Amino acid sequence: MKEEIVIAGFGGQGVLSMGKILAYSGLMEDKEVTWMPSYGPEQRGGTANVTVILSDERISSPILNTYDTAVVLNQQSLDKFESKVKPGGVLIYDNYGIHNPPTRNDINIYKIEAMEATFDLKNAKAYNMVVLGALLKVKPIVTLESVLKALKKTLPERHHHLIPMNEQALKVGMDLIK
Amino acid sequence: MEEVRLMKGNEALAHAAIRYGADGYFGYPITPQSEVLETLEELRPWETTGMVVLQAESELAAINMVYGGAACGKVVFTSSSSPGISLMQEGLSYIAASEVPALIVNVMRGGPGLGTIHPSQADYFQATKGGGHGDYHMIVLAPSSVQEMCDFMWLGWDLAFKYRTPAMLLADGIVGQMMEKVVLPEPRKRRTEDEIRQLCPWAINGRKNMRPRNVVTSLELDDERMEQNNLRFQRTYREIEKNEIRYEEINTDDCDYLLVAFGSMARICQKVMEIAQEEGLKLGLLRPITLWPFPYEQIKKSSRNAKGILVVELSAGQMIEDVKLAVECKVDVKHYGRLGGIVPTPEEVLDSLKEQFSINK
Amino acid sequence: MDVNDILKPENRVYKKPTLLNDNHMHYCPGCSHGVVHKLIAEILEEMHAEEIAIGIAPVGCAVFAYNYIDVDWIEAPHGRAPALATAAKRLQPDKLVFTYQGDGDMAAIGTAESLHAANRGENIAMIFINNAIYGMTGGQMAPTTLLGMKTSTTPYGRRVDLNGYPLAITNLMAQLDGTCYVTRQSVHTPAAVRKAKAAIRKAFENSLQGKGTSVVEIVSTCNSGWKMTPEQANKWMEENMFAKYPIGDLKNE
Repeated sequence: MKEEIVIAGFGGQGVLSMGKILAYSGLMEDKEVTWMPSYGPEQRGGTANVTVILSDERISSPILNTYDTAVVLNQQSLDKFESKVKPGGVLIYDNYGIHNPPTRNDINIYKIEAMEATFDLKNAKAYNMVVLGALLKVKPIVTLESVLKALKKTLPERHHHLIPMNEQALKVGMDLIK
Repeated sequence: MEEVRLMKGNEALAHAAIRYGADGYFGYPITPQSEVLETLEELRPWETTGMVVLQAESELAAINMVYGGAACGKVVFTSSSSPGISLMQEGLSYIAASEVPALIVNVMRGGPGLGTIHPSQADYFQATKGGGHGDYHMIVLAPSSVQEMCDFMWLGWDLAFKYRTPAMLLADGIVGQMMEKVVLPEPRKRRTEDEIRQLCPWAINGRKNMRPRNVVTSLELDDERMEQNNLRFQRTYREIEKNEIRYEEINTDDCDYLLVAFGSMARICQKVMEIAQEEGLKLGLLRPITLWPFPYEQIKKSSRNAKGILVVELSAGQMIEDVKLAVECKVDVKHYGRLGGIVPTPEEVLDSLKEQFSINK
Repeated sequence: MDVNDILKPENRVYKKPTLLNDNHMHYCPGCSHGVVHKLIAEILEEMHAEEIAIGIAPVGCAVFAYNYIDVDWIEAPHGRAPALATAAKRLQPDKLVFTYQGDGDMAAIGTAESLHAANRGENIAMIFINNAIYGMTGGQMAPTTLLGMKTSTTPYGRRVDLNGYPLAITNLMAQLDGTCYVTRQSVHTPAAVRKAKAAIRKAFENSLQGKGTSVVEIVSTCNSGWKMTPEQANKWMEENMFAKYPIGDLKNE
């Protein structure tokens, strides 16, 4: 198993930390993982993005030009990464603020209303967990248990009371995929 | 106890140092490696192992603190990025000339000048060909993963103490900033003064029991003796060249073309190989791990049956000079590099290979 | 009392400190360095600090200080002695660590290292020889060269418009919170030598007691560089140097 993922959006949407949780969840399952924040050519353009690779085998390049899965959270990221999904790959995008939806028909496209769902949760910080939930429903690369284990490992003790809220957000995200 | 963690390359350096039993870190913040000092300050090793951590007033001061600590036989290091490493060249030359062991980390960024904060490998010449004044060398290790950032700290110190010479970890912004799984080794205790006295009888730690005094100096105004000093350094360098060349080879046995790359570029080249394989093109990769001493012989051997070599670097072409020396003009050697903080995609590298060697597949 | 009586150990009133070895000194006759070296050797011996003393030698005339005083030494790059001393002391807190620096080392190329080490309050003693000239390289201007003073790079005398003002770096250091003891002494008369000795001893004791940074400036002569006889140089120092660099404690906490 090898999954090459890019997550892209505005800075502040929790893109980097979502990638980190995903990478850590992979670690919980003994996978090889690489997390590479915006660096190099794709970094120009004002959005934050992170490449996360999970694999059963040694990972080659941390910097990629095509991806198995792209998770995009604003128009700029959609414009940039739609063309970089491998044929047959997955594109998940949050419909919030999107005026030019994706057009490719050789990839599997999932439109989610993650921002709307986060408003309902009344917790803006849970946004990236909602998105992660949706991703995991489409691509169950790690189990929910591993994500919860990862949260427990990465969050400082004083924030552990937030884990149930994060779990709820993950489940809300999963339910966004019909 | 060994511990599996997910962390940035820069963070791994700090953890590796504490676990090695390092005595001191001296550094000055500069992007993209400030996490080293930040992580050490966060971990507060002075409360556990007794390790000293000090934010110096400049890179100049930092490298000379390292020089001072190294002269005392202590396990010390500093880290910086390209412009800061330029400032340290004075100290490096003195450390080499005084024959004391020290570890220096360069998380390279794009230059020249203040340049960019994004990754580069353009300090290859500086690291492998001297940098400071005089005939000296450093052992230069090029990590290409977070695990190697950790492992090469240990290796770097082992080699530095074995040969009483400075060693450098030549990393770049990619390896420093990316997070990967890393197995942290079981912590070791810091050396006691008695152990230092035994291991480093030359160390500056006072004339206990009125032993003959020690002097650490790089100065020798008697030219005959200074020549002898230089010849001694050169003997050490030959010894290092004989014993310490390290490299990794992937699919070099029957490759059509050989890629030569170090550090993060070697990772990108592995992806190039994957893509090329799907297209039926057989590529091999030789990754020098020690940039000095350089694996000349191995490159010569591995490229014997290749139609050509592509050297891939984040520079205008530096390591390519050593690769050309290695193959003695018997193999066609081309170069692909991006400059100024730009990192090539694997596809871009493959396209360049095909174009430069006129491969039509 | 005949000669043989005088030579008896119980009648001896002075001897060369044992830590001052027999190596032939490269200093010019009349130079202050030799006296200060002797004081350091004498004090270390009196303090029984031979086994814990670490000296950091500068670049300048005293670059070979390590040849004469029999303790452990590191020879630093020009100006960096305080950085080396910082590491040596922090990594070995039980040692007595001192730097020995000239005016170029302390107040020109090494200003940053000197001020910052003192500002951090490193538990080191800094012995600062100020003779207002670069002796080792042949008599060029130092940061402490007096206005009007002729050197090989100010052949018509130091001018403010060309060279700026003489730098009284010790006064600066006295203002730093990290220093505990800052004093200015000289070694041109027996009385001055006694006072300088007491100052250096105090600085060394401070290092061991962890009180912070001590700075002992020795206003010195360079009769070769100044192109004077030793006697003329002493007189010239009293009349000119002491006006800009007055003798006495600047800080004693």
